[in-house]
Amino acid sequence: MAKYRSWAYIPESNQDAVTPAWQDFEFNIEAKSLLPHGNARSYSDSCLNSEGTLIDNRLLNRFIEFDASTGILKCESGVLFSEILELIVPENWFLPVTPGTKYVTVGGAIANDVHGKNHHQDGTFGRHIRSFELKRSDGKVLLCSKDNNSKYFSATIGGLGLTGFINWAEIQLIKIPSPFIKVETTAFYGLEEFYKLSELANENHQYSVAWLDCNSTGNQLARGLFMAGDHAKSEKVAQAATLKPKLSIPFNFPKKALNRYTIKAFNTLYFNKNRLGSGKTTYQHYDSFFYPLDGIGDWNRIYGNQGFYQYQFVVPSSEKATMEKILRKIVESGLGSFLAVLKEFGDLSSPGMLSFPRPGICLALDFANRGDVTLKLINELDQLVVEAGGSAYPAKDVRMSSQAFQAYYPNLDKFKKFIDPRFSSDFWRRVSES
Amino acid sequence: MILKNETIVIFGATSAVAQELARIHAKAGDSILLIARNDSHLKSVADDLLARGSPQVESITCDLDDIQNHTDLLNDINEMFSDISKYYFFYGVLPDQEACQNSFDMTNNAITTNFLSVISLLTLIANKIEKETNRGIIAVSSVAGDRGRQSNYIYGTAKGALTIFLQGLRNRLYKANCTVTTIKPGFIDTPMTRDFKKGALWATPEKVARDTYIAAQKGKDEIYSPGFWMLIMFIIKNIPEIIFKRLSL
Repeated sequence: MAKYRSWAYIPESNQDAVTPAWQDFEFNIEAKSLLPHGNARSYSDSCLNSEGTLIDNRLLNRFIEFDASTGILKCESGVLFSEILELIVPENWFLPVTPGTKYVTVGGAIANDVHGKNHHQDGTFGRHIRSFELKRSDGKVLLCSKDNNSKYFSATIGGLGLTGFINWAEIQLIKIPSPFIKVETTAFYGLEEFYKLSELANENHQYSVAWLDCNSTGNQLARGLFMAGDHAKSEKVAQAATLKPKLSIPFNFPKKALNRYTIKAFNTLYFNKNRLGSGKTTYQHYDSFFYPLDGIGDWNRIYGNQGFYQYQFVVPSSEKATMEKILRKIVESGLGSFLAVLKEFGDLSSPGMLSFPRPGICLALDFANRGDVTLKLINELDQLVVEAGGSAYPAKDVRMSSQAFQAYYPNLDKFKKFIDPRFSSDFWRRVSES
Repeated sequence: MILKNETIVIFGATSAVAQELARIHAKAGDSILLIARNDSHLKSVADDLLARGSPQVESITCDLDDIQNHTDLLNDINEMFSDISKYYFFYGVLPDQEACQNSFDMTNNAITTNFLSVISLLTLIANKIEKETNRGIIAVSSVAGDRGRQSNYIYGTAKGALTIFLQGLRNRLYKANCTVTTIKPGFIDTPMTRDFKKGALWATPEKVARDTYIAAQKGKDEIYSPGFWMLIMFIIKNIPEIIFKRLSL
């Protein structure tokens, strides 16, 4: 039997699963509760249901229709973004929004209302969903869109799989001139510099993101590399440019070699190597620009069997002091973050009731699992984020308290009405406790 | 190697391995005729293949156990496509061994689906392609057909008989420059085997489909998929019966 775990390897729990091969499968599954499950790339227990049964969507991986003239793609919910890209990029189309891994299913991307480097311009994935079919455990099949069953549409986008099983979805793709991205990389020192770069870039570039060195201290606090990107207009220029040697870092870490010294060394090395290229324009294939970690295979295994914690939050742009405070806290804790990503979200709202992104500064971090020390730190971060009126991302969280969740998601009561009565998850049981 | 676009037929087109194989052909730009029992499932598969690049996908819904109907079915196929280069056989059932031991009817059903029905179709197809020359027949047998074991000898009997039939047919059609390829998969992780505990010997449908596609393109005689089954079955076939009969396999 296949093993079902989250991408972070925490928590470890046994999971039962069914794997329907066709959309007309029946819900005659004997289980306390059910939960749709995609490709397990979420770091959270929102994709797990240890008291019941998972409905694995990976066999529902068929395309239904792709219109290369309009860029409308209809496919079953278990199709991976990687499979979509293989089909659409040769026809000069691209995903309207993509997270940092292409190994997510369409169903999972809707359930977590994923966002990407173009959030400031294009919002979340949910904004680009034209319609989907929602299968409820009472046998009803609902066609959902902005105009049809619109409340189910809003509840399901970012609804963590709790509103029913998505059979298929229709996505509006975006047209691209080439598979390459023109990237400008700029080194920055301190959050102020980041904010300035971000403001400028968000006006002029479709994609923007920053890699942050969470281990540098003193006047080097919050140094990092800012990347602004756009789809390259000329494939020929881009192709020629990508043939030149690139700045890269070997990622083959020996397992269990992560500690505060190696993390610090890695981050320093990475920063200094790329700093040299600061201010220059390079061309990257979309794969290396959007999915650098996918190239490393099971990179989540570098934390060994004890797994790791992710924490991703957003605070309003006015809360710069909170951001500074949080960064200092992380640096002081010495718990280091191997990869930290900073991004300014835009103000385009998502149709999703429980959608995570909102206007402000977003930081994604990971922490090796050192037990209580790590948990204590993240709980303290939660407190700061709640106070600042921010929010944390359920897809990356295995420890969020119900108090924090309820503070982060004011639409919760509205959402609850649309939950399928037979559906639940480990995450949901934790955060819905009163 | 430059491959000319071709037209293929798949009997049992909604099986997990057949779907993966059809995707490889769709990507290569081949036209595909799908045959299976469930209309809506066939439509899902056909839509997928069209999106993946096949220029033409047609479907016929029918129950292949209905052997009386095979002549009409073949006529329908010939009307749809005149230049079919490959005939794939992917259908089969994995019967409950214990239930078969208690019921000849169930055994009969299993042998009909897994063997007699295929033989009926192959009889008609062989006579046709013998005249056409340069055609390929690819049929999925099983490692279970290599030696009878108490845990699944009804299934094994049907597949073993199929393997022998294919050997004879290969020998006969050699002169017509037609190839007959026997695929012997081991355990495949599909809906047909969902109740089994899975271990290291289990292969994905994608892997078996890739092996099948390559074997078909090369016109191979017989392959195991994954290849390591050749070694396993070599050992199993060579255990003396006096010992083998005492084993609980």
